Amino acid sequence: MATGIRDKVVILGMGCTKFGERWDTGPEQLMVEAFEEALKDAGVERKQIQAAWFGSAMDEVNVGKSAVPLSMGVRLPEIPVTRVENFCATGTEAFRGACYAVAAGVYDITLALGCEKLKDTGYGGLPGTNTGATRTAQWLPATSAPGTFAQLASAYAAKYKVPMEDLKRAMAQVSVKSHANGSINPKAHLRKKVSIEEVMAAPLIAYPLGLFDCCGVSDGSACAIVTTPEIAKAMGKKDLVSVKSLQIAVSNGAEVGYNNWDGDHFVTTAKASKRAYEEAGVRNPREEISMMEVHDCFSITELVTMEDLYISDRGGAVKDILEGFYNADGKVPCQIDGGLKCFGHPIGASGLRMLYEMYLQLQGRAGQRQLPNPRHGLTHNLGGMPYQNVCSISIVGRYGD
Amino acid sequence: MIGITSFGGYIPRLRLSRKSVFQHIGWLNPATGAVSQGERSMCNWDEDSITMAVAAARDCLVGKDKGGVDGVYLASTTLPFSDRLGAGVVATALNLRDDIHTADITSSQRSGISALIAGLRAVKSGEGKNVLVAAAEKREARCGTNYEMLFGDGAASVLLGDEDVVAEFKGSYSVSHDFVDHYRGQNEQFDHTWEERWTRDEGYAKIAPQAIKGLMAKLGITMAEVDKLIFPCLFKREHAAIAKAVGATPDKVVDNLHEVCGETGSAHPLVMLVATLEAARPGERILVAGYGQGSEALYFQVTDRIQGLARRTGIHGSLANKEATDNYIKYLAFRSLIPTDLGGRAEVAHPTALSILWRDRKMILGLVGGKCQKCGTPQFPKADVCVNPECNAVYTQVDYEFAEEPAIVKTFTGDMLAASIDPPNIYGLIQFEAGGRFMADFTDCRLAEVKVGMPMRMTFRKHLDDKGRGFTGYFWKAAPRV
Repeated sequence: MATGIRDKVVILGMGCTKFGERWDTGPEQLMVEAFEEALKDAGVERKQIQAAWFGSAMDEVNVGKSAVPLSMGVRLPEIPVTRVENFCATGTEAFRGACYAVAAGVYDITLALGCEKLKDTGYGGLPGTNTGATRTAQWLPATSAPGTFAQLASAYAAKYKVPMEDLKRAMAQVSVKSHANGSINPKAHLRKKVSIEEVMAAPLIAYPLGLFDCCGVSDGSACAIVTTPEIAKAMGKKDLVSVKSLQIAVSNGAEVGYNNWDGDHFVTTAKASKRAYEEAGVRNPREEISMMEVHDCFSITELVTMEDLYISDRGGAVKDILEGFYNADGKVPCQIDGGLKCFGHPIGASGLRMLYEMYLQLQGRAGQRQLPNPRHGLTHNLGGMPYQNVCSISIVGRYGD
Repeated sequence: MIGITSFGGYIPRLRLSRKSVFQHIGWLNPATGAVSQGERSMCNWDEDSITMAVAAARDCLVGKDKGGVDGVYLASTTLPFSDRLGAGVVATALNLRDDIHTADITSSQRSGISALIAGLRAVKSGEGKNVLVAAAEKREARCGTNYEMLFGDGAASVLLGDEDVVAEFKGSYSVSHDFVDHYRGQNEQFDHTWEERWTRDEGYAKIAPQAIKGLMAKLGITMAEVDKLIFPCLFKREHAAIAKAVGATPDKVVDNLHEVCGETGSAHPLVMLVATLEAARPGERILVAGYGQGSEALYFQVTDRIQGLARRTGIHGSLANKEATDNYIKYLAFRSLIPTDLGGRAEVAHPTALSILWRDRKMILGLVGGKCQKCGTPQFPKADVCVNPECNAVYTQVDYEFAEEPAIVKTFTGDMLAASIDPPNIYGLIQFEAGGRFMADFTDCRLAEVKVGMPMRMTFRKHLDDKGRGFTGYFWKAAPRV
């Protein structure tokens, strides 16, 4: 009988570059920057890593296909390296691969590294999707990421009969809070506070999303080195940060093809979060989750995700957000490092970047951002579009807790 | 009895004010002020002769059994492909049978009327039982010419057969002359024209009456037995003069739609004919002629059956559904008459996989999805495994047509980032009232009017324009139900 991942794997060390418009830095250098920090943090040498998982999402720019770019970039000694890609859950997928290998007892120490170099396209926003000679190209609309996620807002407003102006205000508060958090994080891409008025007055990107409802497009890399609790203890490590849950849920086409989804939330997130709480032994997430890094690619994504994670009630996120429930000094601080919104969103690195903040917080190393005595940290990625996507949820905490 | 058994029309919703054209570029050729009254119809950026022909043909097939259609003639001088059958695209979009005769009739402003004659001959011979004729035109003219003002975009369609005839075909007469008042060479975008006075005096004034008088002589009738005389003519004064020359009083002469639409080229005789049929009473006698490298004329008599036809949008309905614009620059941009920037994101273009287009032609061109025989769920695209999570039955789906199914908006956005010549690009989740949904482009609407729950209908449009390879891809979009 399978027993899940809880407390079978611990994080030995982590690294994360500064995210941002790293015009003078190539992806190879970003990988080395994150990797060297993690090696030092873990206190291991390159040759002790037995297998690696590499996450990169965008073929259009970036390092290209296969695991070769990681192996060459950080000079791994011909060990097994696997490239994974699962939209915005790519970084978390790399972590999941590394953890499962350790949990299975196949390896002692493994590496997960994610990297994305998005600022080599020549225009703002994500690279145009490389649909190639597919059937999709012949019938689906020419969308953009903000355009697909923006539809959550039109559907949410209609379903809960929230005036768009009120919904926009709550969405604005999502961004205001993340800007405040990001402003005190030296590794964050955007480090400037903004006001609700500024957010609401910003130019329209995709109705009803304005500029400040959208996260940054950044270059960056993040990585984790994992092992078993026993090995970590034998190495003299204390305050072990342990993996409590790793869940993924993937759409099967029902949202966009069947008739019973209102377009206002994520079916996958609601399923993955339930499974994650069960795996981690969390009974009441609103009380037991101490902090979260969720996939705030757009303000409305974060807003509805609060409900799919069962932290806010259905239709209750607007009120919770406006009351500061998710602020740094609120009950469940969300995007304490600035989130995708301000820390940045190099796709393949994002899941690992979220874990990096949870790891620092649990070890009391988050500096100015440090929360008092956090217990369970939740990370969440949402790749694709609201109507067909990949959702990953991870929960980490102290070993044995 | 053979003749017209149904008819339909389509004029694009956008109407460009001719005054605005004159205000922008009248300085170049002040004489164009003489024809700058009213408005001309103008294709949306995602429309062309094929999409307009499909719209007119759908209108024509309202209430008819399209399974009985055994022939399609498409007439136009502005088909997007020189070597790919337009009528084949139309037939696939309409999801007609495969075992039918299809042909394009092109290369002359007379091709619409020629297609009508060809269709009637097919029915008369007994080879065709129900022949669909569609004519559509989207002509370009150089900026600042009077043709830019005179032309309009539009389409018309008639169904021909020997049952339930609404306008009986009595006979036709043709004259052919290689009279070149204008021509457009292969790969040329614009016409080359000869002096207007010669075109008028030696062309229209002499050749059009030959066909009209010839037909009357052939049938042994006089203008007293004609209630409506239809023939397009670019020149208003000449239109009246020709009518007079063939003995028609002004009340018999059907208006050429200059003020509200403009001349829709090879489609125009059919556009005027359909507009006339929409208001016709049983017994009415119609003489219609087309002009171009000669002239051809036909004579019809409306029957009682016309009163039993199902309601349709037609030319009058299309003309009533309009969005007026004075944005001449947008007209130029939509037709690629000025270079425009769609941003770096738009520059990635892959070849359209023709093998996929063939494999999934019913889905992509015909909007045919599937319906699960086990749980009854309509779904798009059709798949081997049912999308209903409670069902997931395998290999249970039969073809299900979505094109005529009413839908509503479930979610939507107006996207300024997605590449579009008409931002914001509006799209969203479309929910069909009888079940089934997909993410669709919206067209012919403004962001401010779109609401969750808004009633929509599907319309066949250009999906991609691969200018580098000269390929136009088509799919279906959602538009507000009028």
